[in-house]
Amino acid sequence: MTIHNLYIFDRNGILVYYGEWNRKKVPSMSKEEEGKLVYGMIISLRGVIEKVSPLDIKDNSFHYRTSKYKMNFWESPSGVKFVMNTDLNSPNVKELLRSIYTQVYVEYVVKNPLCVQGEFINSELFAQKLDEVIKASLSYTSRTV
Amino acid sequence: MVKQVRQISGVSCTVQLSKRILSDRIVAGTVRIHGPNFFWLKRRSQLDNARKMSRQTARIADPKKVNSELFTLTYGALVSQLVRDYESVDDVNKHLERIGYNIGIRLIEDFLARTNFPRCHDMRDAADKIQQAFKLYLGLSPGISNWSNGNEEFSLTFESTPFAEFVELPDSCSNLKYGNILPGVVRGACEMVQMEVQSWIIQDTLKGDNITELRIRFIKKLEDAIPAGED
Repeated sequence: MTIHNLYIFDRNGILVYYGEWNRKKVPSMSKEEEGKLVYGMIISLRGVIEKVSPLDIKDNSFHYRTSKYKMNFWESPSGVKFVMNTDLNSPNVKELLRSIYTQVYVEYVVKNPLCVQGEFINSELFAQKLDEVIKASLSYTSRTV
Repeated sequence: MVKQVRQISGVSCTVQLSKRILSDRIVAGTVRIHGPNFFWLKRRSQLDNARKMSRQTARIADPKKVNSELFTLTYGALVSQLVRDYESVDDVNKHLERIGYNIGIRLIEDFLARTNFPRCHDMRDAADKIQQAFKLYLGLSPGISNWSNGNEEFSLTFESTPFAEFVELPDSCSNLKYGNILPGVVRGACEMVQMEVQSWIIQDTLKGDNITELRIRFIKKLEDAIPAGED
């Protein structure tokens, strides 16, 4: 299981964190633009899913897969959204995202009075803990170009 | 007589502890925090033999838990500092509510992390969750009562709040809503899960009522923010 990257959005759609572990392709736009693109896509996709859904279940998570990667989305009830791109064989990413929220985001961002809500997370401790969780949770392989 | 000067949250108080030690008993301890426009925090503690025995066993401090008296005294120091800083009691009330709001918007995330509840469907659900939150964070079990006709409004009743444990309000602060941080916390927390509520204290044990009653009214459901340019 490989994790490519992770976006964290707050409830207003602002990209508050971007983490990258394994991205081969050079991004063609700046981080902010890419953040807006991903967020817009998430919101639209979620809206379509809800409207077209044949079942009445309202879920806070979904994913899509292409032939190359899988994009996983999870949202907390308070509106914090996690988007993670992984490779195709990745079970239980929803649990992983939830545990990132519980163990890393709440502990090191929400409880940190210096992390202003709505701004990019500059905390090194957060980045370090997130790294630890990602690397520890599953077999993480880094590929060299 | 033991006098200690303690710095609590930047406010220095003179703590007079008077103890009479009779054989194994510590009978009366009085704590008085005084200054202009302050309230008294009176404390009488009785430690009998059993408790002294238990002190000999090792007490492993849970790093997440705080002594409730420290919490109460810290809150008291905060409110008394606010009373000194702001001339008008109404300003203090507003400020306490705002402090509560700032706490609430972060506390909800911790609550969601610990309990994994989904969003509430209606106010009955919300009332239940708020009751559980009080149990989780303050160890209190409030009662839910006085539902309005449309199930939009309810009351939480507390026998006693941990804030007001040793407090007596002086006459100059009779309009002070000492526990006004609680309605603020409820308002902040609900707003982050898309519910706009109004909350206020109806009855207060510090003002002579039997119970402390917190009233919560649902105003409206907030829509999720949609980025500009979308539908």
